[in-house]
Amino acid sequence: MPALHLPSALNLARSQFAFVVVWHFLYPAFTIGLASYLAVLEACWLATKKAVFLDTFQYWLRIFAVVFAMGVVSGLVMSYQFGTNWSVFSDKVGPVIGPFLGYEVLTAFFLEAGFLGVMLFGLKRVGPKLHFMATCLVAVGTLVSTFWILAANSWMQTPAGYGLTADGRFFPTSWVKALFNPSFPYRYAHTVVGAYLTTALVVGAVGAFHLLKDKTNPRARLMFSMAMWMAVIIGPLQMVLGDLHGGNSYQYQPTKVAAMEGQFATERGASSLLFGWPDAKAGETRFALGIPKLASLYLAHDPNAVVKGLKAYPRNTWPTNIPLVFFAFRTMVGLGVLIALLGVMGLILRWRGKLYDSRLFQRFAVTMGPAGFLAVTAGWITTEAGRQPFTVYGLLRTADSVGPVAAPAVAVSLLAFVVVYVVVFGAGMAFTVHLFSQTPKAHDPGPPHNEPIRTGAVVPIVQVAS
Amino acid sequence: MSDALPLIWAVLIAVAVFAYVVLDGFDLGVGILFPAVQGRAERDVMVNSVAPVWDGNETWLVLGGGGLFAVFPLAYAILLPALYMPLISMLLALVFRGVAFEMRFRARTDSERKHWDRAFMGGSYVAAFAQGIALGAFVQGIKVTGRAYGGGWWDWLTPFSLMTGAALVAGYGLLGACWLIWKTEGDLQDRFRGLAGWLAFATLAFIGAVSLSMLFLSTPFRDRWLTLPTAFGAALVPFVLLALAWLFFAALKQRRELAPFLYALGFFLLAYLGLGVSLWPMMVPASVTIQAAAAPPASQAFLLWGASVLIPIILIYTGYVYWLFRGKVQLGVGYH
Repeated sequence: MPALHLPSALNLARSQFAFVVVWHFLYPAFTIGLASYLAVLEACWLATKKAVFLDTFQYWLRIFAVVFAMGVVSGLVMSYQFGTNWSVFSDKVGPVIGPFLGYEVLTAFFLEAGFLGVMLFGLKRVGPKLHFMATCLVAVGTLVSTFWILAANSWMQTPAGYGLTADGRFFPTSWVKALFNPSFPYRYAHTVVGAYLTTALVVGAVGAFHLLKDKTNPRARLMFSMAMWMAVIIGPLQMVLGDLHGGNSYQYQPTKVAAMEGQFATERGASSLLFGWPDAKAGETRFALGIPKLASLYLAHDPNAVVKGLKAYPRNTWPTNIPLVFFAFRTMVGLGVLIALLGVMGLILRWRGKLYDSRLFQRFAVTMGPAGFLAVTAGWITTEAGRQPFTVYGLLRTADSVGPVAAPAVAVSLLAFVVVYVVVFGAGMAFTVHLFSQTPKAHDPGPPHNEPIRTGAVVPIVQVAS
Repeated sequence: MSDALPLIWAVLIAVAVFAYVVLDGFDLGVGILFPAVQGRAERDVMVNSVAPVWDGNETWLVLGGGGLFAVFPLAYAILLPALYMPLISMLLALVFRGVAFEMRFRARTDSERKHWDRAFMGGSYVAAFAQGIALGAFVQGIKVTGRAYGGGWWDWLTPFSLMTGAALVAGYGLLGACWLIWKTEGDLQDRFRGLAGWLAFATLAFIGAVSLSMLFLSTPFRDRWLTLPTAFGAALVPFVLLALAWLFFAALKQRRELAPFLYALGFFLLAYLGLGVSLWPMMVPASVTIQAAAAPPASQAFLLWGASVLIPIILIYTGYVYWLFRGKVQLGVGYH
């Protein structure tokens, strides 16, 4: 019988984590922003009583319900991944980051789950004021949840406030330092704004898609206009935050930044590469095409500063997949530039009073719909692959974090995750796209009336509106 | 104080797991009862009865998992690899179910809706069965080497764990049927009344069978239940269970609506306490104690501050949400 050549349990476990976490994050990347957007729409409706806000709210609420459900169950998988595949990591770092995840459940998950039910089903029972409170609590819940999970992730990138036992287990010495570790404020701001941008691009694309069919549709105009305001305000803001985050990484995770820049040799006045092929074996970036002194300028804010390359660090601390880090970073930045361009073009067209008329621009906005998801994913790949070969940067190696589960078990479960996610979430996402294609109408009854408990809610919400 | 912390947390985690079992138990039970109810409108009513609360119910499972990671990281690190296959199966089953919840109501064609119905039903069965298997594998003992799981990836599969798997399917089915007696009316309610009777028989028989097998499973269990003072408890438990069973069937016969659900919860509570007494003071049977599995006191204390403030708040607003959705779910009408 021919032997089965499976990859190592370590590589299978890495693939599995990468697969489930990348897939999972697509949902919060969208729902964090959408929850806040829904709160803004409902607030506008309560303040002005204009039906267009309520109709647009109902339109997006229906989409929120489907996407949020997928986020909940894919997130449930994440809370078990640490233990099933990375049990040695869990044993070693659980005392420090475990409580953060515990707080995430206690402060955010219950809140979101409880009030999402009210938000989706209970309008008649609770009335508009309490319903608005539920919407706000869900929105706050998403931001609180992001706070804790990013504190945990940031601690793995820039650990602080800990001690180490003789057998290499971490224990807390200062919760304030562990929680507000050096990269956390930057990562939190960058991630939340990234999620808001992702939502803005989707909302903008859906608005543009319907404007292309009927440019007088007031719901489509509202969502398109609001999304373009977001793009022009927070698109450039995200670039500033990204720069600050990069500077922080440069200070605390120099090997990651060197991989992002494809910088092997230490240089004075280092250039920023537009393109190249980082070759770790040769220790150089081939076909490099760059702008002189730019990397020194944005990393150290001095065009002639010395930037350390990977060769200044021991080879066994280099990220394991340097081209991945290098290209993921360029993908993120490239998309960021396009997003800012979209925002600026929107502002100019608005200035000229042609925001709803330029079909070319609307097509551009439709094309940019998925750009946020791609940019956010590329950003996470940059930061996570850039942290390798460590799970806790500089302190705990990925190879020393994996659990004792045999390779065939990890392979079988990886295959099962891929099949189930593609089939189940694939169907869910196809349906979400179908919902995007539905024209936003006046007197939107909200989620359809053969749905849970919704027959009752349909009538009152229209009454409340009028 | 540092000795008390692990005990407090062990109790809190046990309570969270029990909350999960009874709360998600009835909503998994709703899926388990799908084969007995074919009509579309009837199935809509069943799903409507849990739609506003299932997400919150499942959050207790995240609290169980996340809590264990935070306060008993060693137990988390041993148990999850040991229960690898049943846990992954459970998670995937919950993925099917969670998406089916939203999608079956939005299906555009009949055949599409039938697919999602199957996903909902299959997900409920697999999740319940896998949880039961995980419970059995946990109770029968886990092989530990150093600070890690020391067994293989099929160790969980034994006749005992298959029996506990089947037991939990029956038990969740019972909770689901009792919940639906409470939340429905008319012919549909009568149907669940009939099902609840049969499922109660099955659940009680499983509780008996699992309890007896545990006596033969290992000497510590036998010693615990057959020597004083716990033998008093052991002698008492069957009588309490029989009394509860009598009350349950009487309530069913008197066509009471909430009482059968409460007595069924009583079956679960009794079985759960029995397990607790059997396993005490082990966190990972039969090698790691609660004290040995505990995170440093600083970690346990930090989360305990939050938990002692937040858990009461969670209970209040979760109770409020249940109260908002009180009353019967009607055919074709939903909540009025």
